[in-house]
Amino acid sequence: MNVWYTEEHTPGVRFSMKVEQHLYSGQSEFQKIDVLQTAEFGKLLTLDGLVMVTEKDEFIYHDMIVHVPMATNPSIKKILVIGAGDGGTVRELTKYETIEQIDMVEIDKMVVDVCREYIPLTASKLDDPRVNLYYEDGLKFVRNKENEYDLIIVDSTDPFGPGEGLFTKEFYGNCYKALKEDGILVNQHESPFYDEYSHPMQRAHKRIVEFFPITHVYQAHIPTYPSGHWLFGFASKKFDPINDLDANAWNQLGLKTKYYNTDLHVGAFALPNYVKEQLNDDE
Amino acid sequence: MTELSQQSAPIVEALERYKSMRVVPFDVPGHKRGRGNKALVDFLGEQCLTVDVNSMKPLDNLTHPVSVIRQAEELAAQAFGAKHAFFMVNGTTSAVQAMVMTACKAGEKIILPRNVHRSAINALIISGAVPVYVNPGVNNELGIPLGMSLKDVEQAILDNPDAKAILINNPTYYGICSNLQAITTLAHAHDMLVLVDEAHGTHFYFGDDLPLSAMAAGADMAAVSMHKSGGSLTQSSFLLINNEVSEGYTRQIINLTQTTSGSYLLLSSLDISRRNLALHGKEIFQKVAEMAQYTRDEINKIGGYYAFSKELLNGDTVYDYDVTKLSVHTLEIGLAGVEVYDILRDEYDIQIEFGDIGNLLAYLSVGDRRLDIERLISALAEIKRRYAKDKSGLFDHEYIKPQVVYTPQDAFYADKEGLPITNSIGRISSEFVMCYPPGIPILAPGERITGEILSYIEYSKEKGCFLTGTEDRDIQQIKVVKES
Repeated sequence: MNVWYTEEHTPGVRFSMKVEQHLYSGQSEFQKIDVLQTAEFGKLLTLDGLVMVTEKDEFIYHDMIVHVPMATNPSIKKILVIGAGDGGTVRELTKYETIEQIDMVEIDKMVVDVCREYIPLTASKLDDPRVNLYYEDGLKFVRNKENEYDLIIVDSTDPFGPGEGLFTKEFYGNCYKALKEDGILVNQHESPFYDEYSHPMQRAHKRIVEFFPITHVYQAHIPTYPSGHWLFGFASKKFDPINDLDANAWNQLGLKTKYYNTDLHVGAFALPNYVKEQLNDDE
Repeated sequence: MTELSQQSAPIVEALERYKSMRVVPFDVPGHKRGRGNKALVDFLGEQCLTVDVNSMKPLDNLTHPVSVIRQAEELAAQAFGAKHAFFMVNGTTSAVQAMVMTACKAGEKIILPRNVHRSAINALIISGAVPVYVNPGVNNELGIPLGMSLKDVEQAILDNPDAKAILINNPTYYGICSNLQAITTLAHAHDMLVLVDEAHGTHFYFGDDLPLSAMAAGADMAAVSMHKSGGSLTQSSFLLINNEVSEGYTRQIINLTQTTSGSYLLLSSLDISRRNLALHGKEIFQKVAEMAQYTRDEINKIGGYYAFSKELLNGDTVYDYDVTKLSVHTLEIGLAGVEVYDILRDEYDIQIEFGDIGNLLAYLSVGDRRLDIERLISALAEIKRRYAKDKSGLFDHEYIKPQVVYTPQDAFYADKEGLPITNSIGRISSEFVMCYPPGIPILAPGERITGEILSYIEYSKEKGCFLTGTEDRDIQQIKVVKES
C-alpha cells in the first residue's frame, strides 16, 4: 500500500507524508476532522485537510507559544487559552505549579474529544483541576471579560474557516480589555514565507500594534507547517520579552523542555531582514 | 411544457434547454456567450455569460410574456398570493413607479407618508400626481419616523375624498409597520387603491410570526424587492397586483420605462429565488429571526446601544415590527449611527446597510454565519469602549415636517435658479436632498427650505452621511424655484 497525505501549501507547492493508517474521520459543526497515523511524524491531526499537529514536531510549537511569555513574567497566575483543541498548549502550561487557573476556549468540542481519544500525547493534561474548558466562540468569550487575565494565548487555526474571527481588530481589542494592566498576549502569527500566510500575518501584527505598547515577533522552525518558518506575536502592556527575561529564575524551575531554552528565548526574537520588512510595511 | 408547481423554475429550465441545444447565435448580445470578451468571462464566469442571452421564442419576452416568463410570473403570483406578479428588472424603484403611475394620472392625488423612498416621489415628478403627505409618527427617544397613524390617514382621506390611492411602507427601512389591514379597509371604503412599498418586506410572504403582507391584507399593488431578503440578484424585483387592478394596463405602464432587453440573469435569479422561498422560506426566515434576536440580545448586553424590537409596539404608528431587522440606536454612546457605520467599515472591515443620525441598520439574511455575527457584536463592543463620549450636542431626530408649496412635478420643471444652499432659506427647492442610504428625502422638489432643514443637512454632512440629490455634486448649490 502506498497512501500519502498531501497538503497544498500554495497552489504550486505540496507537502506530503506517508500514511500508515487513517485512524479517524469526522465532520463537526465547524470543520472536517481527521487523524492519520503517518510513517515519519506519528499521529497527525488535520482540520479541513490542513496540518494542525503531529506527534513528532508538536513540541516546537507548544514550547514556544508557552514558555516565552511564562519566562518573561513568572508570576503569571490566570491564563486564557483560545483555540488549542489538541491540548498541547495546556499541557505545557500545567508544568508551572505557580499557575492557578487556565481557561481554555475552543469552539469545536469534537476536536478536543478526538484528541483525547487519539492523541493523548498533547491532550493528556486537559483534566488538570486548574483547567476550565469552554466550548464556545473565542471572540464571544473574550468580549465579556475585563481586566481578568495575566496571559492570553491565541492558539488558533488559520485565518480562514472557524478561526477567522480571531485575526480581527475587534478580537485583539477585546483581548487588550480582558488583560490586566501587566498582561501579555501571545498570538499564533502564521508564516512570513508564502504570500497566502504572510498577508494575514502582516494584518494581524498591524492590529496588535495598534493596541499594545510593547510588541515583538519571534520565530520557530516547524517542519510540517507551510515553509517551516513560523512566527509568534508577543504583545504586552508592561513586560518586554528580552529585557524582563530572568533566565536564572526560569532555569531554577527545572522544567524539562525539548526545544525551548533561555538562550533560544532571546535568539528567537532576532528576525531575518525580509520578515522585519514585512512587519514594518504598512501593507 | 413543464408542470406548473412551486418546484418548477420555468425560466431557468428554458435556459437549460436552450443551452443544451447549442444554438448558433447571430443575435445580440454581441459577446456571443462570452467568446468575444474573454476578460468578462474570466471575471464573471463562463456559466454566467452563457445565459446572458436575448429574448427569443424559446425564452419568451419580458415586455409581452406568453410562455416561460408568463409561467414563471404565474408561479410567483401563486407564491405571493397575488392575482398577478410582474418580473421587474429595473429595480424596485421601477415597481414603485409603476404602482403610482398605474393608480394616478397627472393632477390626481395620492396619499402617502413623507418618509417614503425617493423612488415614490420620483414617480410623482414623472406622472404629475399630487402628493398628500401624512406625517409619520415619531419616536422621540429613537428619533426615527414610524408608521402612519390610522387617525391621520383617516383625516387625510376625509380631507381629500378625490384621492385615487394611498401608498404605505410595509415595513419602513427600520422594520416598522403601520396598521396595514385597517388602512386597507378604510381606503377601500373610500374607493382608493392601496399601494404598498414592500422593498423591505419580501419575507413577510413566507415566514411565520412576521407582519402581515400587502397581498394578505387585500391591498391592490405591492412592490417587492426580491433582491433584498429574497436572495435574487441586485436590481431584480416583483410587482404584485390584486383585486380589480388590470394586468394589461399595468403591463403597459411598466413598458413605458422598463428596458426591452430584460436581463435573463436577473429573470432567472427571480425564478430561482421564488422557488427557494416557496419551498424553504419558512425555515429560512425562522433562522434569520433567531439570529437577529440573538444579536439584539447580545448588543443590548453591551449597554449604551439599544437594539429595538417589538417592545416598541403601540397599536398604531408601530403596529407591528419586523423581527428579522437589526436596527440599533447609538446616540447614548455619544455617536451618530453614521459614525458607527463608518468606524465599522474603516476600522473593522464590516459593512452594514446604513447609519443615519441616531441609528444603524445591519442587514441579516440566510447567508450570515454565526462567526460574522460575533464579529459585528464584538466590534460594536469595542467601538463603545474606544469611542464612547458624551452625547450632548447630537441631533436627536431625523424627521422634519415638510412645508409643501408646489407638487414635485411643478417644482422640478419650474423656472429655477441656483443658489448657495446656505442662502436658500425661505425659497422652494426644485431638487431633492437626501442621505443615501436610506434615500428618504430630507427635502423634496416643491418644499420650502427652512433653517431647521439646512442645519439638519449641515449636520448630516459633518457626521459623514453621503448626501445626494442636487445637480451640484458637492451639495453646496441648490436649485430653487424662481420667484416671479
